[in-house]
Amino acid sequence: MNDVTPRPFAYAYAQAACGSLLTEIGAAQAMLRCSGALWLAAERTLVVADLHLEKGSSYAARGQMLPPYDTRETLRRLAAEVEILAPTMVILLGDTFHDRASEDRLAVQDADSLRALARGRTLVWVVGNHDADGPRALPGDIADELTLHGLVLRHEPRAGPQPGEISGHLHPAARVKATRGSVRRRCFITDAERMILPAFGAYAGGLNVRDAAFAGLFARAPIVGAVGASRVHAVGWRSLAGD
Amino acid sequence: MADSAAPAADLLPPRFADWFAQRGWSPRAHQLAMIKQARAGRDALLIAPTGGGKTLAGFLPSLIQLAERPPANGPKSLHTLYISPLKALAVDVERNLGAPILQMGLPVIAESRTGDTGISRRQRQRVKPPDILLTTPEQLALLCAWEGARLYFENLECVILDEIHTLHASKRGDLLALDLARIATFAPRLRRVGLSATVDDPEVIKAWMACHEAPSQLPSLLRGGVGGGGASPEPTNHGAIAELTPPRPALSPQGGEGYSIDLIRGPPGAAPIVEVLLSQGRVPWSGHTAQHAMAEVYDVIRKTRTALVFVNTRFQAEFAFQELWKLNDDNLPIALHHGSLAAEQRRKVEAAMARGELRAVVCTSTLDLGIDWGDVDLVIQLASPKGASRMVQRIGRANHRLDEPSRAIFVPANRFEMLECQAAREAIAENKLDGDPPRVGALDVLAQHVMGCACSEPFDLLSLYDEIRTAGPYRDLTWEDFEQVVDFVSTGGYALKTYDRFRRIVKGQDGLWRVRNPQTAQRHRMNVGAIVSPAVLSVRIAMRGGRGGRKIGEVEEGMLEMLEPGETFVFAGQVWRLTGVTNLDVLVQPAPGADPKMPSWGGSKFALSTYLAQRVRQLMCDQDHWTVLPGDVREWLEAQRDRSVIPRDDEMLLETFARGKRQFMVCYPFEGRLAHTTLAMLLTRRLERAGAAPLGFVCNDYALAVWALNPMDRLDFATLFDEDMLGDDLEAWLAESFMMKRAFKGCAIISGLIERRFPGEPQKSGRQITFSTDLIYDVLRRHQPDHLLLRCARDDAATGLIDVARLGQMLARIRGRIRHAPLAHLSPFSVPILLEIGKERSPGQAGEMILREAAEDLIAEAMQ
Repeated sequence: MNDVTPRPFAYAYAQAACGSLLTEIGAAQAMLRCSGALWLAAERTLVVADLHLEKGSSYAARGQMLPPYDTRETLRRLAAEVEILAPTMVILLGDTFHDRASEDRLAVQDADSLRALARGRTLVWVVGNHDADGPRALPGDIADELTLHGLVLRHEPRAGPQPGEISGHLHPAARVKATRGSVRRRCFITDAERMILPAFGAYAGGLNVRDAAFAGLFARAPIVGAVGASRVHAVGWRSLAGD
Repeated sequence: MADSAAPAADLLPPRFADWFAQRGWSPRAHQLAMIKQARAGRDALLIAPTGGGKTLAGFLPSLIQLAERPPANGPKSLHTLYISPLKALAVDVERNLGAPILQMGLPVIAESRTGDTGISRRQRQRVKPPDILLTTPEQLALLCAWEGARLYFENLECVILDEIHTLHASKRGDLLALDLARIATFAPRLRRVGLSATVDDPEVIKAWMACHEAPSQLPSLLRGGVGGGGASPEPTNHGAIAELTPPRPALSPQGGEGYSIDLIRGPPGAAPIVEVLLSQGRVPWSGHTAQHAMAEVYDVIRKTRTALVFVNTRFQAEFAFQELWKLNDDNLPIALHHGSLAAEQRRKVEAAMARGELRAVVCTSTLDLGIDWGDVDLVIQLASPKGASRMVQRIGRANHRLDEPSRAIFVPANRFEMLECQAAREAIAENKLDGDPPRVGALDVLAQHVMGCACSEPFDLLSLYDEIRTAGPYRDLTWEDFEQVVDFVSTGGYALKTYDRFRRIVKGQDGLWRVRNPQTAQRHRMNVGAIVSPAVLSVRIAMRGGRGGRKIGEVEEGMLEMLEPGETFVFAGQVWRLTGVTNLDVLVQPAPGADPKMPSWGGSKFALSTYLAQRVRQLMCDQDHWTVLPGDVREWLEAQRDRSVIPRDDEMLLETFARGKRQFMVCYPFEGRLAHTTLAMLLTRRLERAGAAPLGFVCNDYALAVWALNPMDRLDFATLFDEDMLGDDLEAWLAESFMMKRAFKGCAIISGLIERRFPGEPQKSGRQITFSTDLIYDVLRRHQPDHLLLRCARDDAATGLIDVARLGQMLARIRGRIRHAPLAHLSPFSVPILLEIGKERSPGQAGEMILREAAEDLIAEAMQ
């Protein structure tokens, strides 16, 4: 990201009453939710990326007994968003499962939550590198990528200019610094042309947006929407630090 | 069996007596007393001043036994295990032990083993143990977790615990106590020996190091029981005092338990001569650098052969080193030593010191302990000593000869510290020490130990429970807690039982628990230890292309957070310009001559001891006593008396006044920064509810100040400071606080929930945890709030990070004794704390406020 000139750029964004950040991506209105989900109000579509369900049990199988509540917690937060927003479409933007055997390890209760997600609405599983085949037994459509009113939704961001691309995969996180110290949060990152969503999963870690993996994806200094406790904070490139 | 009046000749074999005589020495009474203890097969705690031949006293019995043993016909086994809190000390003792072994031609092999010991030597030590192994608690934990630990230790005769006062009151101490219990099971003849120069309460140490009898053990296994006959040594006529511990009930109320450690005291050394530098210049109101006194400090160094200049933080060390060199017209060899410097550089300084080439070393607590340099003739303490015991330890670094007094000079950095230094000087003169209270063993450490036991051999649940309760810190461990720990070790201890098929330890057909597979055991062994060090970044010289070149040291993550690229700072005694931070490296370029920015001090990590605080309060309210203070400090106290109030020593002064548009409340509990910060956090919650609209606070070791929009002089202070703040308010704040997350991370690592190291990957830094423990904390707190590790984290936070116990004692102490002084203006006492506003970060306030501030910056940026 070091090649990006950190110059001020006027973005259209505004704070919504619920603490979400309103912005534009391509021609679409997008609401960046405090949960880390993206809400496309015009399409009544909810997008979440990188749930990494059953990451806990994946570690447990190798002897690290992380608390087995990550899937439940992730699905609880997703269900809460569905409850509030009543979407007609839910898009899972890849790496929904942490590994290929995750689906088999799902607790009955958690599998039921996933089925409930598909009830009365369209559920789309965009596949990612951790779950390249999509689900075997759970309902929903499986897609490599999806086009939606000028937006392209895919798991992994593509190199070069990609107007209207919404992706995940990189788990963006921002270290925001101020005079009193710094704080690290998951974040959305966008230059109004494309956007990368934060990981939604309870155990999904974050990669600092100043990491080389983000370099070259944005034509100009992007802003990040840092996910706070009850608000998404728009933060400029200048206020960000490396880890 | 030694006769109580046995002369030295009976105790010392001719070869040893000759050795003493050849050097013109005679064995000291406590050295002979230690030999008698060994002959009687009894445990001992030796308290002897530095320079009193303490280490030799610890090893003499083993050397004699080893010299007298018949030639071995089978494979050799470990005879004596020596545990030091520092790697460097273990290596140093190895060297010192070499002299008598060589000079007497003893058939004894003594070897050190630390994390720095080469792999081949460590492997050889496992197969072919030396007679005496000198090592650290972490290496012992590792040895105990190896298969074959039982065989390795079965002939062990003696374990020596050096500088025992630094070991016991910590998680390292918990782990060491558990491993002692373990090897005592393997080695039935094992004798325990503790060594220390500074112990405030020997009973606490004795209880920690002793083998406690668990109730379910058979009486025949009791050691040192009533009527033990000739096994009990009598006080000797050599001047050493052997205080016998009769078998007595342990501190726990269950009764039936007992332990026996005899206390041996060496002769008291000459009392140290301590002065407080009264400063020709004015004593500053505030600050921690003692910059005002540097010329005087330099002058003292010039007149001294070799001085150790102790400071409390690494940045203070850098600062003092810079300042002294600015004054160093004589080009005196003055060096710098602290934990952030590259190991190689530290070794160089130590070697130069040992050769007597240095006139002064500016150092931090890295040089508090151990290594014997002999020639130091003065200790200078820059800024607050914080506690009497620490100072005695540091002063002991000067002059390792018993009959000459050590000399020390305290250099207070501000006015409150002037009081503190005087109080410390008087406490030391009266030989009054402050110490750590006994602790209850932590369950995350126990989890690590249980896993270690399973890695070495299959265990029976009940036997292990009994064994663990012989360790002092765990003598009151309940069966329920023990079961919970075992469940945690096996499957993580979750209410949701989905991990049963992934068990790390499994119960076999024979009813014994064993580790699931060798890989799991190997991973455990790579993660042994109870020290969780913060993530560190290497400081490297920037090369072309943004790469890092030569490493000049390490800094803890966050230490350089206040610096921006392009800014300059001092490190390793030079001025550098920060050019950038990459993943694990801080890149710098030399910037000689630049005026360095001083990063936040972060204060000292040591809190003002309760005992010393009490003495400061007494000194403060005793006007006749003020004569020991320099004129300007006296004037300051008099002004406080005239313009506000000097509280009685059992009162807490609380002042309220307005200044500018702000309303201030300043109180002076003298309980240390940690307890004050917690108090301030809780007070601001209450002030918020009381409608005062608090805006911020600042704390130091002596006082805390809160400022608000609305006046606070009409508040009901008895209610505000009621002890019930340690109930719901504390829990509510703690659950959300970063302290809990930090504590949880430590517990997660020690307990083995998170592994720091994996096979095949060298450890590069503390950062390489594969997982954000904050995420785990959030999930666990929501879904299983009573989980074992959350309990551990809460206990740790309450003790180590926020000092709830001390706060509780303070609130009880001041109940009904708050002296409120409503003032029209600020008071002389309040100036030091008010001057700190804006200089110190208050990490607990960060989070959302930082995000909000940054968002405002963006708006400003967009409007340009």
